[in-house]
Amino acid sequence: MEPDALRRHARLLLPIVVFGVLALVPQISVGTHGVFSSPLDSPGTLQLLGLMLCFGGIALSYDLLFGYTGLLSFGHALYVAVGVYLTAVATAKWGWGLAPTLLLTAVVGLVLPLILGAVSLRVSGIAFAMVTLAFAEAGSTLAQKNPRGWTGSEEGVSVNYDHLPSWMVGVFNTKYLYWIALGYLVAVFLIVNWAVDSSPGRVWQAIRENEQRVQVLGMRPFTHKLSAFVLASFLATGGGVVYVLLITRADPSVTTPSFTLALLLMVVIGGAGTRWGPVLGAALYTFLDHRLPDWSNSGFINDLPDALSKPLSQPLFVLGVLFILLVYFLPGGLVGLARLGPRRGGLETLEQAVEIGGTHGDVVEEEEVEARL
Amino acid sequence: MDTFILLTVTGLALGALYFLIASGLSLIYGLMGVLNFAHGAFLTVGSYAAWWSSVKLQGTIGSIGLRFAVSVVIGLAVGAGVAALVELVLIRPLYLRHIEQVLVTVGLSFALVALVQAYWGPDLHTIDVPSWLNGTTGLGGAHVPNYNFVEILVAAGVLAGLLAFLRFTRYGLIIRAGVENRAMVTALGIDVKKAFTLVFAIGGVAAALAGVLAGIHFSEIDPTQGTSLLIFAFIVVVIGGLGSIVGSAVAAVVVGLVQQYVNYKSTGIGDLSVVLLLAITLLIRPGGLFGKWSPTH
Repeated sequence: MEPDALRRHARLLLPIVVFGVLALVPQISVGTHGVFSSPLDSPGTLQLLGLMLCFGGIALSYDLLFGYTGLLSFGHALYVAVGVYLTAVATAKWGWGLAPTLLLTAVVGLVLPLILGAVSLRVSGIAFAMVTLAFAEAGSTLAQKNPRGWTGSEEGVSVNYDHLPSWMVGVFNTKYLYWIALGYLVAVFLIVNWAVDSSPGRVWQAIRENEQRVQVLGMRPFTHKLSAFVLASFLATGGGVVYVLLITRADPSVTTPSFTLALLLMVVIGGAGTRWGPVLGAALYTFLDHRLPDWSNSGFINDLPDALSKPLSQPLFVLGVLFILLVYFLPGGLVGLARLGPRRGGLETLEQAVEIGGTHGDVVEEEEVEARL
Repeated sequence: MDTFILLTVTGLALGALYFLIASGLSLIYGLMGVLNFAHGAFLTVGSYAAWWSSVKLQGTIGSIGLRFAVSVVIGLAVGAGVAALVELVLIRPLYLRHIEQVLVTVGLSFALVALVQAYWGPDLHTIDVPSWLNGTTGLGGAHVPNYNFVEILVAAGVLAGLLAFLRFTRYGLIIRAGVENRAMVTALGIDVKKAFTLVFAIGGVAAALAGVLAGIHFSEIDPTQGTSLLIFAFIVVVIGGLGSIVGSAVAAVVVGLVQQYVNYKSTGIGDLSVVLLLAITLLIRPGGLFGKWSPTH
């Protein structure tokens, strides 16, 4: 076969193999030698694996904005929180069943980003980042404020499983939730891949490269950026629904700026603007975030002197440092490691992902770009 | 009436905190194009250094006033030192790669806060202050806690100091010129990189100052305090116009007052109304009140 044909087949086969193997995981009963806290098919392990898959999907949706369209949003958490809170509040406080809950979540998940996106896309670059952050902060305040006793402020609100299908309920049915998470990831993976290969998707990537040129060519960057924003936010809302089903409780931690920054970390750790990078980064991040504190209480970290073991038991310290090191030494992320040969697709540097306009004139920016080359 | 006076003074004090954080952010952004997410961490580091040194000096310095003064100076020095170090070691090698600089500061904001939490725990701590700071002064019938006046005076002093520094010193001139057109300053043979370290150090001092004052204002310090204040400082910077010190000052006063007045009516709504204020500002003037860039930028 021609190398190109081979590559095309690999592109098709790899997802099928990966997702196929992942689908079988709940049926495999093997020990995990301390990598996880319990055997592979136990509810605890399946829940963590489910979370890793769920965050894989959410990170992919974030990459649609950041990696493909070049929009650095600091408010993606808001749209995840919409899914999380609407599901919990509708089932617990309003006694709704699954179908109306999902319908309402879908409607809000489309309308809200349409409105907020239209406002925040009036500015670009760093200002856009700050405005999205502010809107997310408004959502966070709302969740804390506990309107009509719905969101339960700090405590949060638990999903009421009474009105949900019985196979979703109980620890022993965790495997079904795992499959839901896997299904969500597969769906996002397919949608994102299809979208970025479609003709609007190509415009998104053109906007990332050079927005002015897109405008000169007679296309409207605003409309395209808004469509990317709405699609990414909608997918994130779906992720929020899966997330809250897995952890059974909505609490304000999903509304915080740290949640969005975590998504950014996942995407950059894995590799922005790539097919698998965000999924890998999200899985690794979620895994370390959950497992590091456990390891530090028992394993080798505990034997180190205090000065070392204390920071190492803080997942955010380890992840923050890892993130900085990656930005310096491996700008392509983990996926960049696998591509030490000639690169195809993806981003050469993170700088390509977002061009941030400063207060300087355009001419100066051009000069800076030339100076860098 | 007395409630109104109390709210006005506390609102101005809150605005003073926002200004201390926002001025550094705005200066750094204006000169270097870096959105410094680690600025909240500078605040945390500064307030923890002040608290920790105050605890350590308990046996050495008897007078509470002197001990407080010494620990504040140590806090500010640590804030400046950490900020300058961050610029030299982490930001400088990525010169002109704005997005990567932002990402590094994001990673740093996680790592520094986690580091503080690792060594001193997630618990709240209280900085020992002279008792007159927590006393009250009668003003038109209202009993206003004294620390509010201190915050307002400090912020006004920093504003005046910064403006004088930018206006009358050689480095101030270089910074102003750099904000205007960095390429031209470099082309004229001026080492603009020294100014980068300098603005980071100034921002670090201002942030540490905000950290200590916030510790007194909220009567506690905790590792995440900086991050939550940072968000409102971002809002202030955008409303005021990126890169403008005066804009930050005006916006800080407006945001602090609006937040305080509305929060009095219903807690939390003040925070929401500030975000609404931001949205309205962007719809009318995308560049902010004192901004100079066009909406297409």
